[in-house]
Amino acid sequence: MISFFIKRLLLLIPVFLAVSLVIFMIVHLVPGDPIDNLVQINSSPEQKAALAAKYGLDKPLYQQYAIWLGNALTGDLGDAIILRRPVSDLIAQNLPHSLTLGALALLFSTVVGIAAGALAAIYKDSWIDRVTMALILLGSTVPGFWLGLLLIMLFAVQLGWFPVSGARSWDALVLPVLTIGLGGVALVARVTRVAMMETARKDFVMMLHAKGVPPWRIELRHVLRHALLPVVTILSLRIGWILGGAVTVEFVFARPGLGSLLITSLNQRDYPVVQGALLMLAVAVMLGTLLGDIVQAAMDPRVRERIE
Amino acid sequence: MTAFAPIRTAIRSPRGGVSAAVLVLVVACALFAPLVAPYAYDIQNLPGANTEPGAAHWMGTDEFGRDLMSRIIFGARTSLSVAVTAISISVAAGLTLGAMAGYFGGWFDRAVTAVVDLTWSFPEILIALILIAIIGPGLESTMVAISIAYLAQFTRLTRAQIMALKNETYVEATTNLGAGHFHIIFRHLLPNALTPVIVAGMLATGDAIILEATLGFFGLGAQPPTPSWGAMMSSGTAQIFIAPWIIIFPGLAIAITVISINLFGDALIEALDIRNRLRSV
Amino acid sequence: MALLSVQGISVSIGALNPLEGITFDIDKGEILGLVGESGSGKSLTAMCVMGLLPRIGGSITKGSIVFDGRDLIGLPEIELRRLRGKRIALISQNPMTSLDPIIRIGAQIDQVSNLHLGLSAEAAKARSLELIAQLRIPEPAAIHRAYPHQLSGGMKQRIVIAMALAADPDLIVADEPTTALDVTIQAQIIQIMVELVRDRGLALMLITHDMGVVAQACDRVVVLYAGRVAEMNGIGEIFAEPKHPYTRELIRCIPRFGQAPGSLKGIPGTVPSIVDYPDGCRFNPRCSNAQALCRDQAPALEPKSSGLAACHFSEV
Repeated sequence: MISFFIKRLLLLIPVFLAVSLVIFMIVHLVPGDPIDNLVQINSSPEQKAALAAKYGLDKPLYQQYAIWLGNALTGDLGDAIILRRPVSDLIAQNLPHSLTLGALALLFSTVVGIAAGALAAIYKDSWIDRVTMALILLGSTVPGFWLGLLLIMLFAVQLGWFPVSGARSWDALVLPVLTIGLGGVALVARVTRVAMMETARKDFVMMLHAKGVPPWRIELRHVLRHALLPVVTILSLRIGWILGGAVTVEFVFARPGLGSLLITSLNQRDYPVVQGALLMLAVAVMLGTLLGDIVQAAMDPRVRERIE
Repeated sequence: MTAFAPIRTAIRSPRGGVSAAVLVLVVACALFAPLVAPYAYDIQNLPGANTEPGAAHWMGTDEFGRDLMSRIIFGARTSLSVAVTAISISVAAGLTLGAMAGYFGGWFDRAVTAVVDLTWSFPEILIALILIAIIGPGLESTMVAISIAYLAQFTRLTRAQIMALKNETYVEATTNLGAGHFHIIFRHLLPNALTPVIVAGMLATGDAIILEATLGFFGLGAQPPTPSWGAMMSSGTAQIFIAPWIIIFPGLAIAITVISINLFGDALIEALDIRNRLRSV
Repeated sequence: MALLSVQGISVSIGALNPLEGITFDIDKGEILGLVGESGSGKSLTAMCVMGLLPRIGGSITKGSIVFDGRDLIGLPEIELRRLRGKRIALISQNPMTSLDPIIRIGAQIDQVSNLHLGLSAEAAKARSLELIAQLRIPEPAAIHRAYPHQLSGGMKQRIVIAMALAADPDLIVADEPTTALDVTIQAQIIQIMVELVRDRGLALMLITHDMGVVAQACDRVVVLYAGRVAEMNGIGEIFAEPKHPYTRELIRCIPRFGQAPGSLKGIPGTVPSIVDYPDGCRFNPRCSNAQALCRDQAPALEPKSSGLAACHFSEV
């Protein structure tokens, strides 16, 4: 299990290098002199020159990348142009909010999605199945930010149950989690439902019936357990999507977080912040995928064996 | 079997018929917006701002007193044209890349697969945001960002189809007859791989509409006064307490369009019986 | 009184009627072979006996299945479940797919004795280990801990047999237990099952399409053709004096040592499709002896000089 973990971690290194290279290149691909994309407004020529020297802007591109990556890995992501603070400070301030939201949304999607999908599969063609299917369709076709706005209108503006925006108290988390959650629930429920129905057709399930095992035990202990394997696979691939949902939802609910930071700085063309936020989000996606792989290996002996 | 037979079958199913009718309506609105819309999309009337839906303005007016329904009808133009153009480019590029990677194999395949796998684990919204960071906000950027964000999906799907077809006997026979690589790819392999990729493209158009709206909502897509479903809602957030219809109706337009695309796509998948081929992704 | 007595059962699945008037019985300590080509309804018959027909959307429309004095038809599902695995066990066709791939072998055997005999976890494990050893599987403890994909096909089939034996059943239904295995393993598995029946006084319903297996193992044989019983007789009689032309053809198809090259032939024609059974005797299009009567009237399953057969002209 440990060798598996290390192998997977090592595999992430080239991915990280490729992604960080793309993010590094942003400043150089944007029209204009890179220094103007990095330096704070109203800086003196001396400050400009100092910054250019720090980033090695007179050196070849690959050396600049090495310098930038080295700085980034040691926690120096430069200074924000507009906010005039170290980018690392901004990220440290915003990251916990995104992590809380992302983790809660992931938990909600997984638990509710598996329950809904399993019920729909067990009571196939009943009203439970139909309601779940309708929710799945809605959850995968309604834009996340619109759903968030509707929830705000209903529960915050009309009913006043939850705050409209911000992150001052725990109840401000409810609507954002629900907003990301519906999409996540739709995804998880769909995969669970299909996987359970497919598993139920397998020979070993008929064999379990032939052994006289009670049907509910077959569904929960065997069929659902199998159905969780593709669910974990999809989740590990789609953890990024849930984090992507967090980007949108933070903006809608005016919550602090990496997503809000990214969108705001994109609109203000504050490139050091854009780079820092993107890098953190990319790392989060990669670690999420890694987590999914580990859970999968823990659940399926065949996967463990293939890798070890 | 003609190309239209499965479409006809899809339309005959209940969900396929309803969704096709809605889609025809939406496309007609987009094409004939100036004829259909009761008002121009950019005529401001500040005294009549934030008017509730009523006889004169069926969906109310926005914060500048512009007729919301007209803006939604014109907005269909923006959303559909951006989504359809972006996905068409993406499908064309994905077909080419995927076919070449699947057919030739070797280092080219490995390089393409590596890049595709790399982008695969990142959500489309994140890829689009990275690209927007580089090329700057705007409608054209949105188009480019969307087409690149979905490229991995179509490349992967095409490659899987080509790999499955490549070893079939008729391809071997054609090769033995001395046909050139491009003849085999374009005359034999691609036509057979086309159907699932086009259906996947159709389904992705729905996602692309949402992505366009999201970028518009962030203020990174269509710039004012161009009407776009996402951007309209963005400006509506300031009026959320007094004029919720500015948010409700554009969102409904998106939801109905995307649900219809999904339902029709699903009916088409059923009619063509290609669910398994799509799953190879 | 036979342990299991199946009397004239007919089965429908949707609009199809794949079985018609299936009749046979099995005594304790007896091995009954159920033979026929694929599509003849052998596996469906097994499903009927196991009470699993509703799982595949079928139902029994006529007849009775009396097991140990009780008619299984009309028995509530919960009662059937108490019989299944406990008194009537199944050995399935494909050992590769019959075990849950993500659960340890041991747990899958333990489950049966735990469920039906109420054994504690330790007692169930001890019993499983004993069974594994009895089936001549080396290193029972290691096997008990293993996952199915770590075992060969032959080993897996022995595990399936162990699972079937775990609650000490009276009747075992073995549905083509060796079809998916290598030829060398096939004989071993059949040998193991024959010994079990002899040692424990079990009844075994052995479904196969292989007349060689029948000759090796069975006491009596039921020949199915296109959803009906063609013939039923003792093993000696059926080989010495087949009453149904289809049985004759089946026996003719067994390869023999010293046979002239090229002389081995299949039965001409193909098994009729279930959606399109011929009128009269269903074998008539392939029968060299078919008369007008055979095309008009289905022959009844009747006593002949020995056994039962469904042929208008069996005595000629």
